[in-house]
Parts: sequence; C-alpha cells; structure tokens
Amino acid sequence: MRYERPQTLEDAAALLAAADAPAFVLAGGTDLLVRMQNDNFEADLIVDIKSIAGMGDIVQSDAGFVIGAAVPCAALSEDAALVAAWPGVVEAANLIGSTQIQGRCTVAGNLCNASPAADSVPALVAADARVRIAGPNGTREAAVIDIPTGPGKTSLAKGEIIEAVLLPKRAAQAGDAYLRFIPRTEMDIAVVGVSVNLTLDAGGTVTSARVALGAVGPTVMLVDAAAEAIIGTSLDDAALDALAAACSAASTPIDDKRGTVAFRTKVAGVLARRAAQTAYTRAGGK
Amino acid sequence: MSFDAAYQSKTFNSVGTRPLRPDGVDKVTGRARYGADFNMPGQLVARVLRSPHAHARIRGIDTSKAEAVKGVKAIVTAADLPDLTNGNADLFAILDNCMARDKAMYDGHAVAAVAAIDEKAAKQALKLIEVDYEVLPHVVDVDAAMQTDAPVLNETVFTTGIEPAPTSPSNVTNRAEFGHGDVDAGFAKADVIVERSYKTEQTHQGYIEPHACVANCNTDGTADLWVCTQGHFVYRQNCADLLGLEVSKLRVTSSEIGGGFGGKTHVWAEPVALALSRKAGRPVKLIMSREEVFRASGPTSATSIDVKIGARKDGRITAASATLRYSSGPYPGMWAELGAMTSFACYDLDNVQTVGFEVLVNRPKVAAYRAPSAPMAAFAVESAVDELAHTLGIDAVDLRVKNAAKEGTKSSYGPVYGPIGIGPTLQAAKSHPHMSAPLGKNQGRGMACGFWFNFGGQTCTDLNINADGTVTLAVGTVDVGGSRASLSLIAAEELGIAYDDVKAVVADTATLGYNDMTDGSRGTFSSSMATISAARNAIKVMCKRAALTWDIPLEDVYWEDGHAHAAGTKHGNRAPLSVKELAAEAGNTGGPIAGHSELVADGAGVSFATHICDIEVDPETGSSRVVRYTVIQDAGKAVHPSYVEGQYQGGAAQGIGWALNEEYVYGADGRLQNPGFLDYRIPVCSDLPMIDTQILEIPNPNHPYGVRGVGETSIVPPLAAIANAVSNAVGVRMSHIPISPPRILAALDGNG
Ligand SMILES: Cc1cc2nc3c(=O)[nH]c(=O)nc-3n(C[C@H](O)[C@H](O)[C@H](O)COP(=O)(O)OP(=O)(O)OC[C@H]3O[C@@H](n4cnc5c(N)ncnc54)[C@H](O)[C@@H]3O)c2cc1C
Repeated sequence: MRYERPQTLEDAAALLAAADAPAFVLAGGTDLLVRMQNDNFEADLIVDIKSIAGMGDIVQSDAGFVIGAAVPCAALSEDAALVAAWPGVVEAANLIGSTQIQGRCTVAGNLCNASPAADSVPALVAADARVRIAGPNGTREAAVIDIPTGPGKTSLAKGEIIEAVLLPKRAAQAGDAYLRFIPRTEMDIAVVGVSVNLTLDAGGTVTSARVALGAVGPTVMLVDAAAEAIIGTSLDDAALDALAAACSAASTPIDDKRGTVAFRTKVAGVLARRAAQTAYTRAGGK
Repeated sequence: MSFDAAYQSKTFNSVGTRPLRPDGVDKVTGRARYGADFNMPGQLVARVLRSPHAHARIRGIDTSKAEAVKGVKAIVTAADLPDLTNGNADLFAILDNCMARDKAMYDGHAVAAVAAIDEKAAKQALKLIEVDYEVLPHVVDVDAAMQTDAPVLNETVFTTGIEPAPTSPSNVTNRAEFGHGDVDAGFAKADVIVERSYKTEQTHQGYIEPHACVANCNTDGTADLWVCTQGHFVYRQNCADLLGLEVSKLRVTSSEIGGGFGGKTHVWAEPVALALSRKAGRPVKLIMSREEVFRASGPTSATSIDVKIGARKDGRITAASATLRYSSGPYPGMWAELGAMTSFACYDLDNVQTVGFEVLVNRPKVAAYRAPSAPMAAFAVESAVDELAHTLGIDAVDLRVKNAAKEGTKSSYGPVYGPIGIGPTLQAAKSHPHMSAPLGKNQGRGMACGFWFNFGGQTCTDLNINADGTVTLAVGTVDVGGSRASLSLIAAEELGIAYDDVKAVVADTATLGYNDMTDGSRGTFSSSMATISAARNAIKVMCKRAALTWDIPLEDVYWEDGHAHAAGTKHGNRAPLSVKELAAEAGNTGGPIAGHSELVADGAGVSFATHICDIEVDPETGSSRVVRYTVIQDAGKAVHPSYVEGQYQGGAAQGIGWALNEEYVYGADGRLQNPGFLDYRIPVCSDLPMIDTQILEIPNPNHPYGVRGVGETSIVPPLAAIANAVSNAVGVRMSHIPISPPRILAALDGNG
C-alpha cells in the first residue's frame, strides 16, 4: 500500500485518477483508519489531503463560508462568526465522537463516508450547503444532499475530491439546530438525527424552513412536508404537532441493533419538535 | 504447626491505609507488559478461521491451498488437537470449544488456525482454507431452545436431575433444585402474592485487553506460555491436558492483566497457539481481535426467570419460589444452578424453592462474569420484592429488613449463616442521606440487595527477606484489582516494617507451588491468609537468628513491632533487633531468611451489599440517566480501602451498563450483529455519576484480620436497583434487561 501526501489538489486528483486498484482520500482518518483494521479492507493507495494549501482554512466571504476539507471539526467551534451564523451545523460537527475524535475528523469526511447516521450531514442539508469538488477534469459544485447515494456510496466520480464545504450567507433572524438520539452520552452513533433551519420575519413568523432527518432511511433526507408544516406559523403547538407528524411519517427506518422502527419513528418527531424550538429561539423568535 | 486462621481483633498500622499500588506508575506510563507485549525471536503470527454459521456440520476442511502460501509455517485444525480427554466431559467441552471438531456450534467458533511469518501471509492463508459446511438449523434464544420443536444441539444430552430420566435428548442439560420448607403451604398463608416473569440478555465482561499469548514448544518436550490470564496454574493444567504435555514441563507466566472479570479463567486460544508452535517449531503469538473476543470468548448467560413471592400484610414473607433458565452456550454449564442458589440468599425464609435449568444454545460458551449468575437472579427477585413492597404499601428497605437473613439463618441454598452483613447494609441504607434526598421531575429511586458466596482455595506464597531487610513477596494469584498493594500491606503489618519495603510479585508456575486462579473474590482473601502465615514463619526464623546472635534460649525471644526482643530481666539491656539488622547478619546466622506458606484457604466469608440508585427518564424518548448511585457493602476488613472502593464502583459501573444498554444482538441468521464497542454499549465515563461507596466491616471469623472477598458482590444488585428506579420513575414494571430506551418508550406507550 502506498501513502502519498501531495501539495496540490491537481496532484491529488491525478494520483487518485491514475490508481488502478482501490484508492482512498485520507482526511482526519477517523473512519478510514478504523476500516483499515478490517480483514477484508483492501487499498493500494492512500492520498492524504492535509498538506494541500488552503484545505485547513475557514474563509468568510460575501457569499457565506468556505470550510476547507481538512478543517477538523474542533476548529469550527473556535470560529466565532461561523458559530454565530450556523450554530446548528457547528453543534452537529461537535457531536461527532469525542474531544479526541473532533481534533481530527472533518465535515467533508463525515459526508464522504456516507453513513446514513452521519451527524453533520442533516445539519448541512438543512443549511442548504454545497460542496466544491476538484477532479481530473476541473472543478464543479454540487448540493450536499446529492453526495451520498446510499450507505457507504457517494456520487463522486473516480479521482474526485471534495475541496470545501460551502455554507450560504445568513439572513437576519435565522437559526438552525441539530439534535440526535444516542443511548449513551458520547462515543455513539445516531439512532435518529434531526436538523431544522429556519428564517423568521419581524413578527416572528417562519418565512422559510428546511428540515432534514438522519439515520431513519438509507441516506439523509430533506422533508418538505415538515418544512411546510411550520412555514407561515409562529411555531405554535399545532405547527409543532404537524412538524412532528411529518417527520415521523417521512421516516423509513429499519429494526436493527441500534433501535426499533417504532422507536425511531416516534423519536424523529420528538427531536424535530425540540430542534425547531431551539432554532426558533436562535433566530430571535419568542 | 498448622496455621490458625481464626479472627483476632487487633489494631493495625499498615492495614487500612491507602498507599499507591506498586504497578500503578508502569500502567499509566505504558511500561507495564500485557499479554501482547511479549516477543520472542523468530516468532510467528497466528490467525484463527471462524465459523460464519451458528450451527453447521463440518464435512471437510481443505488447507492445501493455504499451506502453499509463502510464509505460512503451520496450519492446525481439530485433527492436530486429538481427543486426549479420556471421557472427561468438561475437558472435552474446552477442547471442542477451542477448535470445532464435527460441528461448528456458534458464529465465531474456531475451525482452523494459521501461523505465518507475518499478518499478511496469515490473512491470505485464512482466505484460502476451504471448509465444507452443512448448515444446520440453529437456536439462540433460551426459551426457544427449551421448546420441544427446537433444533437439538447435542443428541447425547439427556436432562440430568429429573426423575424418571427423559428418554429423548433435549437442550436442557440439567435441572437443579434448592430450598426448604413447604412453599405451597407458605403461599396458602400469604395475604398477597406477586408473580412475574423476567428476561435478561447476554452480556460480555468487556475487559479492555483482548486475549493474547505467546506460545513456544521446544523439541525436548518443554514449553513456555506467556499469557494474559486470571490463573496461570489452571491454564497450565488445561493446556497440558489438551495437548498431551507434561504439566511440569509447561511453564506459564502471567502478564499484567487488562481486565478479566471471569472471562480469563478459561482457555480459548492458548492451546491453539501451543499446537501451532509445536507444529511450526517456532514461537507463536496469538492476539484475538475485539470482534473475536465478542464472538468467541465467554459471555454471560441470557436468562428467563419466573418469581413468585407471598407475604402477610405485615410484610413477613411466607413463601418464595423461582424457576431460572440460563443459557450456557453449546456446552453444559452450572450457571442456572448458581442462580438458583443465590436468588433468595439475602432472606430468612421458612418456605423457599428454586429450580434451575441449564440450556444449550448456539452462542459462545458461557464463562464466569463477576459473581456469575447472581446478578440476573437478584434482578428478578429484587424486582419482585420491590413490587411486593408497593403492593403492601411498605417501605422497600423496611420490608427487606423485616425478612433479612442473619446469623443462624438457614440459607435458601443450605448452609446456616455465621455473622453476615445483609442487615447492617440495609440499616446503613435506611439512614443514608441518599435515601431521603428529594427526587426531581421524571426521576425514580430504586434499591436492591445482593449476595455472593466468595471462595478460598489452594494458595501458596513465598516471603523472602532480602539482605537489605526489604521483603519480596511471591504470590501465585494474579493481581486483577490491586492485590499486590493489599498483600504488601499485610506483609508490612505482620513484620512491622514499612509498606515501601515490601515488593509483591506474581510468580510463574515454575517458581511457586500450585495456586487456584483469581476468581470467587479470592485473591486478597486467600493470598493474604498465606502471606500472614508466611510472614509468621519468617518471624519464627528471625527469632531463632536473634537467639543465636544473643546466644540465649529461643524461648526468651519474642517478636513485637518489627523487632526481635529479648525477654526477661536477665537479658534486659539487649537492644531489640530489627528486620534490617537481622537480615544484614543472616549470612553469619544460618543463611537467607524466608517464610513459606501453603494452605487451603477455607472459610471465605459470604458477602452482601445494598445499592441505592436514582434515575431520570425522558418520557418522550425513553432516554435514561443515572443521577445518583450509592454502594454499601460489607468488606469484612478493608485492607486497602481505596481499592475496595474501586471494586465497589467497578462492579456498579458494569452492572449499570448491563442493566441499561449492553446486550448481544443476534440476527435471524444466528450471527452476532454487534461484535464491537460501537454497538455493544458499555458505559463511557460521562454516562456515570460519581459512584458513592460506604464500606462496612463485619469481620469474617475465618480470617486472622476478618477479611472477606469484595470483588464480585458489587455487580449483583445494580440490575435490580436500576430496574426498580426506572420502574418507579415511569410507573411501569420493567421486566426485560437491558432497559434500553426503545424498551422504556414501548413500556410508556403501553407496548411493553
Ligand atoms: C470513536 C469514533 C466515534 C465516532 N463518532 C461519530 C459520531 O458521533 N457521529 C458521526 O457522524 N461519526 C462518528 N464517527 C465517524 C467519523 O469520525 C466521522 O464520520 C468523521 O467526520 C469522518 O471524518 P474524517 O476526516 O476522519 O474522515 P476520513 O476517515 O479521513 O475519511 C472518511 C471517508 O471519506 C473519504 N474522504 C474524506 N475526505 C474526503 C474528501 N475531501 N473528498 C473525498 N473523499 C473524502 C475517505 O476516503 C473515506 O472513505 C466516529 C468515529 C470514531 C472512530
């Protein structure tokens, strides 16, 4: 197995494109290094992207935030402007693993690992985040929700690397929140995850919203019916009931070692209600 | 002169203090050597091929392609481990479990093993071994395995303990019954009867260090094994028996141990490593992965238990009965029997009956786990007692006080108790501030009691006084929880020297006589008895040396405060001789000074505990959090109080994990779904509150200092304490462990 640490994205993409056996991007390695312990893991090439210039930076512009693919999740919470604009995204990223894991793991890695239970992905989808992708044929952009295509599978083509995650500019009176259910307090994997992102008008009425669910289907899902249930309301009980019902209805979980269908379906609604209330308060709603 | 172990009250200088353990610095700096930290020149890497099927006949194994892989030095199958067990069924079960013979009995059962020059070659060879399986129907659930239409795992098993003997084979290997009085008559006298069925799922000890060893067989018939174990003498015997080695020619050295809790009382891969080394003619290192540990070491039983308790309105229990079904994996066990013995041991009952059934299932062979079998029985019984208290409207502690066993009580499993701690732990609970602290919203409180026998066993200890007057104490019980510190304190106490002047080491099987393993909470109990005896023997030697030095009769010498003193007025102005002074002159007074002891440590005192627990439940998600936890337990005498508290806290932490989240999850295919710490959820630090402890000391009459075993009892009450707390918080009786969030939510929604 070969380990490469290229200095430019072009070199990294070229290395991956030229590989004729399984090859992997290495960001924080908190998924990849664990997988490498498996008896059936096979790879000929590991391309470490942490030495590529700019990959470790968070940049704020008129268009929003650009988070380099090698930025460890712990760094997100140290960026005051990012925390103020996207508290839900930051709290999701800071639920991953533990303090030690957060010192290494990245949001892009969380997305590319394509676990249906990935914590930061519902928050990114609710935030309408996009990714910039570098590949052998140049650079393209895609919506975060279009990256995972199933458990462990992504839409990235051979040689493609996520260069950065792009968060849009924040409107005034907007807020987001992410909640997950785990049986323990940390070091666990989401049994249900819910993110709510919303914008209010001056009167406290929800003018736009996005609601995303994790761990209750093969990929993270955006639930339009849940957003519609709260748009135009000031998050009264009826709206919250409708939101919870829409999230439970959209859930298509399985019974497995992590939870039952009945449990996940119900808790999706409970967490949606709680996340919406937090997002509403963060947006300045009363 | 034989050693007098009777308890004698005395004041202590060293015992009861809290010095640092001698192994601590090495452990926290990474210098301590565990099972995988030993290496030999030319050593090979071993890997084990495991059955993917829960139950399958092995029609054939073709290793020819694997043998051709470059770097492969040996491959073994059952054919390389011929049956030398000579009709010994227990030994045969160990052999069959180490390497499947005719059938693979569970997902993860070893079927072949490879030794190669590196990991890559070993892995490649594993993939090339062809096993021809005939997949058979399987059963993993304890109740399902008892049904008449269940697949029978072993056609030669006819339930023992039943009259008349059954005529057809089944998965029930044995029925055992305990009790006294007449339960039917007792229930007839009851004003109130509670009756309920309970289930507990299979759990694993979850020790952090996986099994690991280095084996080396020499051509002259001698062999060495470096291994992580709770009992190197027992491993030596098992390995020698299974491989046809001479016991005296196999030298076993125990490494530091990263947790065992009963799981390292049993050989798993060590005989395989020795067989590989014998075949390859080179040392072999075998390390089990975490996945292998979960799939193929020894978890605890899954259980199904029915309890019935009757009482008069005033709270006096008139009769109690329980039927306990414990899974034992694919081989017979005595787990239900232990459950049946312990279930009502806390109580003074006129009429009691318990019946235990041992049940075969296609899961790994069950091994001991800290007070094996008692936690599940206590869960069922203590839940029923809690329900009885509610039904009668009597306080849960008062009800137990009213029925608690005491000195002179005939226990439910037979013997009559001496002085015991159940009553005192209950009184301590009653007056503990925890018991009266207000509860918050959505919180519930539970309490429960627990019992464990404890064990003594064969013990051998050497105490050598070095030329500088320091002491080396060689013991044969593996130190699983700080016993080197406790035993050093004991030696210091007896000799009247400083703790720092004693160094305790765990000797290997070639340098000390036989010792039973560290189980049954016996490490400190039995080895302290042998240490006291060895120290007193050394003192006798030192008194002789003093008599020689002073040239006075031995009768005129006595030992006090770490010195030999000359007695009587005629020797009045001789200055006492210290251990250091006597040691310095030893070469001139008869040579090295040592004390030896070999004994069977009879009279391990039974142990009792009472736990109190507060839990908060989120009624919308079923999430629960332990907010306060208190352990009260009788230690007899706490030799090193910090490490006694550590045992109390550790047992409680494991019990909390077992109660709330830990469980083996099997798929419909009989394969284990969660062989890793991500989905087998032991508590992490932030899941637990500070666990408060209170040590009671009711001396064990059969130990010079009153010591009882303390290691195991602390895991007995938590399952019930937690279940009672959750049940009280949510208002629904939780009867299936683990009480995971989905189970709590289902109960709250009326679908429990
Ligand atoms: C103890 C522990 C606890 C964990 N807890 C959680 C948790 O609570 N929640 C959670 O969601 N996850 C958890 N994880 C999983 C993991 O930490 C996260 O998914 C993390 O975000 C992965 O990021 P990484 O940078 O370490 O990814 P890596 O391991 O470096 O990569 C993951 C995958 O993505 C690919 N990849 C990485 N970066 C790129 C890129 N820029 N372009 C293209 N492909 C890329 C890699 O090739 C690999 O296949 C845990 C892991 C561990 C070990």
